[in-house]
Amino acid sequence: MQIKIIPNFFKRIFASLFKKKKHIQLGFYGPPNAGKTSLANRICKDWTGEELGTVTKIPHETREIQIKEKVDINFKGRQLTFKLVDTPGIATKIDYEEFLKFGLTKKEAKGRAKEATKGVIEAIKWLDDMDAIIVVLDATLNPYSQVNITIIGNIVARRIPVLIVANKIDLHKADTKKIEAAFPEYEVVGISAKLGKNMEEFYESLFRLSKKRKG
Amino acid sequence: MAKLSLTIQFIPYSEIESLTPTERIKKLLKIVLDNKIVLLQGKLKAEEEARLIEDTMVLIGNVKGFKGVELAVLAPKAGTSPIFSRMRKGIAKLLVGAQDVITIIGPATLVREIKKDPSKIELFLKGK
Repeated sequence: MQIKIIPNFFKRIFASLFKKKKHIQLGFYGPPNAGKTSLANRICKDWTGEELGTVTKIPHETREIQIKEKVDINFKGRQLTFKLVDTPGIATKIDYEEFLKFGLTKKEAKGRAKEATKGVIEAIKWLDDMDAIIVVLDATLNPYSQVNITIIGNIVARRIPVLIVANKIDLHKADTKKIEAAFPEYEVVGISAKLGKNMEEFYESLFRLSKKRKG
Repeated sequence: MAKLSLTIQFIPYSEIESLTPTERIKKLLKIVLDNKIVLLQGKLKAEEEARLIEDTMVLIGNVKGFKGVELAVLAPKAGTSPIFSRMRKGIAKLLVGAQDVITIIGPATLVREIKKDPSKIELFLKGK
């Protein structure tokens, strides 16, 4: 047993000394329809000119992991390279009948529900691979939902640095302070990914988050 | 007039204490699949909650009519108790698995929403 542990120990030391990761693997997590893809798109568009994924009003639009391999962010004289990983929204329930309200046929709705369940599992599995995570919450909704608490609890249990984004601050009902009160131990930044509102502050927070990253 | 029935099954922490995480989740989901609401003394670890979500997603795809769960963890407010009292509580929680916390898990076909309030729990059931 000892023979195995000692080489592994040295391997880890050397890896940390000489193989510092070039890209920061940045995950976007949150409940469905909070704006994870909208934010990932905003960042991609700001720095690469291209979007990452499709955004619609129907929940569970992102049902597979979407990756942008290399995004160089040059902000106020500082530069960092990210690999963006947009994940499907995490939920405890998925009812295909909810999708019928958006005009989908029964077959389409059932297919979407099936893909969404797989997406949730995939998102959870990817947690271990992240260097830093942005949790995107809808600032117009009650932040005390168990899904939000479970997501953040799992990130903290894995010792992954986290930044909470209170999205949709352009909407009248948005309440960033409520999210700050719900998660006082973490940095919260209010933005509108759709309109690009308060992105300067977001990038400041992102650079602070990157300093705490794993890897 | 049709009768509406609702079964709540209480699970004391001692009943899941010796189980592995896999067995715990299996036990809890089995009750939920019987269309009952679980009232668990204590709480699951963050990783177990994630596992519960993963297993729930697998079941949605494989059990006809199952649409997932509603989940809520109710803990007494941290409050203003003196620091030593809080420390004692912290140690006690480590030893007995946070027994002053209650976890509610209900089938989504039955429970529409669980709202938490410091002094009450509201279970919104689905209307027929």
